Amino acid sequence: MNKKTTKLEAKELNAYYGDFHALKSINIAMEEKNVTAFIGPSGCGKSTFLRTFNRMNDYIDGFRTEGDILLDGRDIYAKDVRVDELRKEVGMVFQKPNPFPKSIFENVVYGLKIQGIKNKSVLEEAAEKSLRRSALWEEVKDKLNQSALALSGGQQQRLCIARALAISPSVLLMDEPASALDPLSTAKIEELIYELKSEYTIVIVTHNMQQAGRVSDHTAFFYMGELVEFSKTKTMFTSPQDNRTQNYITGRFG
Amino acid sequence: MRVSEKIIEGLLWLSAVITILITIGIIWVLLSESIAFFSEVSIVRFLTEKEWTPLFADKKFGIMPLVAGTLLTTFIAIAVALPLGLTIAVYLNEYAHAGFKQVIKPMLEVLATIPTVVYGFFALTVVTPFLQGFIPGLAGFNALSAGIVMGIMIIPMISSLSEDAISAVPRSLREAAYGMGSTRLQTAFGVMVPAASSGIVVSVILGISRAVGETMIVAIAAGQQPRLTLNPLVPIETITTYIVQVSLGDVPHGSLEYRTIFAAGITLFIFTFALNNISFWIKKKYQEKYD
Repeated sequence: MNKKTTKLEAKELNAYYGDFHALKSINIAMEEKNVTAFIGPSGCGKSTFLRTFNRMNDYIDGFRTEGDILLDGRDIYAKDVRVDELRKEVGMVFQKPNPFPKSIFENVVYGLKIQGIKNKSVLEEAAEKSLRRSALWEEVKDKLNQSALALSGGQQQRLCIARALAISPSVLLMDEPASALDPLSTAKIEELIYELKSEYTIVIVTHNMQQAGRVSDHTAFFYMGELVEFSKTKTMFTSPQDNRTQNYITGRFG
Repeated sequence: MRVSEKIIEGLLWLSAVITILITIGIIWVLLSESIAFFSEVSIVRFLTEKEWTPLFADKKFGIMPLVAGTLLTTFIAIAVALPLGLTIAVYLNEYAHAGFKQVIKPMLEVLATIPTVVYGFFALTVVTPFLQGFIPGLAGFNALSAGIVMGIMIIPMISSLSEDAISAVPRSLREAAYGMGSTRLQTAFGVMVPAASSGIVVSVILGISRAVGETMIVAIAAGQQPRLTLNPLVPIETITTYIVQVSLGDVPHGSLEYRTIFAAGITLFIFTFALNNISFWIKKKYQEKYD
């Protein structure tokens, strides 16, 4: 067994929305270039937890955390960490495709442009590379200057993935990336996740148990703000250790 | 039951019809009097003569000096109101805490409730003397002070409409921008403002239309001298000011001098009517872009 390095880690993480205790003493370590799925019923804290890895919760009034989140062993909630720099390292894909109301090209190179890269050939090269990697290039290569909003939902979501990949993050957070898509588009996204894991550490929140089973190496089951169980996906789906996990994955609640 | 419903329905219909009738009536008066005016003064003269002196012995009927005065003060007003109003809108949306926003928004609205005559005196007695400290050539009555104060008056209009437009941009776009490592400033001006641009443009057009029609401030602070110039330091006259001047004076009813105010009035009406239609069109065309 070759031991992989830990990429993301949470240590005794507690999170609160005002008085509401949303995450309770979470401890987890996720390996590099691996897909981890977060599952659990609505309101269990899985999305909140996902969003602590790129500090997307920072702008919510009354949200605070205790404990540590480590990226490559470094505490991302430390005072000297710049959120905008962190988010270049930890990309995110959202539940609903959210391309900017700009052209396809402008969407993909957005992240590079805000970093001050203006060289056209550099941008064009990066755009093609990212679009190829998100399996969208063949579909859009002739209409890069058209509005991204004219694409189908599934294409928009792959565009959002391309946009996230363009700034070369090492971690990709995906918050139910296929829940708003049709089965065919969903299959494409899942295929993509499978291909991307050779280069990226991927964390995906999903409501869809089959999807977790198909795409992830490890699965974490959350319930009422607690991390109930975390193990290899196969193990979790064949022999869950906790009663609550068993009930959830067999469909008795949630 | 049925009868009372019918009566209520009839009343509602009537109130809608009355507003339409009043509008038609106003347009009819404007048109009929201006047609009488243009039968004596040709439209070509009206549009090409460089002086406006209908009250003098040597009568000239060129509207351009009044149009220039109106455009000049309007331009200054928008140059003041747009950057300030937009900055306020962005600040309130992206930076301000909810509590602070609740205090500052009503205070901004107060700016819009100050009577324009007070703004006029403010321009004449405070802003002009203050500006004369920097600009020695500034006349006591000038387009600059009037335009600046008019801009201050329009700020709440632009800031509150722009703020509505920015806050109507889906949250998901803001998250997309933050998720890509944008700073707050990059998110605000690179994503939120462009996405809200149709609403912002509408706010500016309504601001322009307000400035074009504004009367009291320019009547008090800008002087009443029709002058074909774009120099903001000298006295000018706007279309509205001229109408006030003549309406207050002892011009005989039905005379050609009297009819000039309708000609000026219809010019003004065409401006604001066009602006309102443009804003309506922009709103309609770009409104549902993100659904």
